[in-house]
Amino acid sequence: MLENLNLDWSIPINSMPLLLSGIKWTIIIAAVGLFFGFIIGAVVGLGRTSKNKLLFWLSTIYVEAIRGTPILVQALYLYFGVNQVLQQTVGFRIGSETAGIIAIAINSGAYIAEIVRGSIQSIEKGQVEAGRSLGLSSFKTFYYIVWPQAFKRMIPPLGNQFIISLKDTSLFAVIAVGELLRQGQMVVATTFAAFEIYTVVGLLYLVLTLTISLVLRRIERRLEVD
Amino acid sequence: MIITVDNLHKKFGDLEVLRGIDCQVEEREVVCVIGPSGSGKSTFLRCLNLLESVTSGKIVIAGHDLTDPKTNINQVRTEVGMVFQQFNLFPHMTALQNVTLAPVKGRGHSKEKAEQEALALLDKVGLSDKAHVHPSRLSGGQMQRVAIARALAMNPKIMLFDEPTSALDPELVGEVLEVMKDLAVEGMTMVVVTHEMGFAREVADRVIFMDFGVIVEENAPEKIFSNPQNERTKAFLNKIL
Repeated sequence: MLENLNLDWSIPINSMPLLLSGIKWTIIIAAVGLFFGFIIGAVVGLGRTSKNKLLFWLSTIYVEAIRGTPILVQALYLYFGVNQVLQQTVGFRIGSETAGIIAIAINSGAYIAEIVRGSIQSIEKGQVEAGRSLGLSSFKTFYYIVWPQAFKRMIPPLGNQFIISLKDTSLFAVIAVGELLRQGQMVVATTFAAFEIYTVVGLLYLVLTLTISLVLRRIERRLEVD
Repeated sequence: MIITVDNLHKKFGDLEVLRGIDCQVEEREVVCVIGPSGSGKSTFLRCLNLLESVTSGKIVIAGHDLTDPKTNINQVRTEVGMVFQQFNLFPHMTALQNVTLAPVKGRGHSKEKAEQEALALLDKVGLSDKAHVHPSRLSGGQMQRVAIARALAMNPKIMLFDEPTSALDPELVGEVLEVMKDLAVEGMTMVVVTHEMGFAREVADRVIFMDFGVIVEENAPEKIFSNPQNERTKAFLNKIL
């Protein structure tokens, strides 16, 4: 049985430049997408804690709509659906990488909004009362007292979200983003070395996610010391 | 009068917690508010700096009408220090930073000036050696003394204390009461919601007994403790003394 096994590990090694260019896009899309995702998440998360009905409902609808639909649908919708409309109206299309970045941003934004909301609401009411009774405005109380404490509590779930979003970029292979999985598929298509290539692709994702885990553990430990 | 409360009512939904409070406090006066739990004494205190909104009635603090929507409540609150049962120190800051936050970020004082004053205040509450320590490494009594220093840093005209020793281990109560006593002697106007009858008897100029959202009886401590007039006051004091 095993004598028929014919694995060629030189294939993934020889296609490493291609796979590395895929990693580059995986990292760029995840990093830029998460950067904007955090901004969206902070704004929408604040909206979810707002007493203003309009802000609250707008942000709630955003969170429910994005969280309630698959990211693959969102990516296809952006790249094919929205592009179709753009093409017909302004004669312009967004590129696949840009579509990937936008998809990560709006998708992670919804989840990060819930992380932000949960962390802010977990800060004891007495903290706000102490700040306000010192005469600080509600903004200053939030900025100097609530946010720094809430931010610390956000870090573990944010790390989790970073890892999820990084892996989600692999879905953009279907919209022809040249990220890691897509590059792997292309190599498989020409070499048929599916086992070797997907093993290496999997390991490369693992290296990326473990790096995120490690960095976050460091940050957590540093914040613990303070 | 530095505090004038006129027919104050407070409702939480359908529950009327304060049912018509009239009260006046003179400058430099120390008033202790006692009463059973649920009597509305904490709510009354929290209305005095609008941590609780007022349903109806009027509160005038140091010339500011709190119920007038044009009143700048942040300004009034700088003149009214508040000390909480649960201390509510900012855990991400050192003792010193807790004390300097409001003078620096609220009043715009320089960091140097604020720190100098804060160190003097921490010294006053006996904690100058804890200036650079975070609250998690302080005892309850130390935390509450930092909280008092923090409130004093804004140079308030009035200090409100909401059961300041109720969350403390018995052996730590004394050090906090000692600091409060010093403040009273210096002439700070104080309203203290407390279960410490010894403190009320010794330090208060006047004791207010509240029950069911009204002031049932108020008098000088020696009179109210030795010769309460109202049946409910008698019953309450019998239970706790």
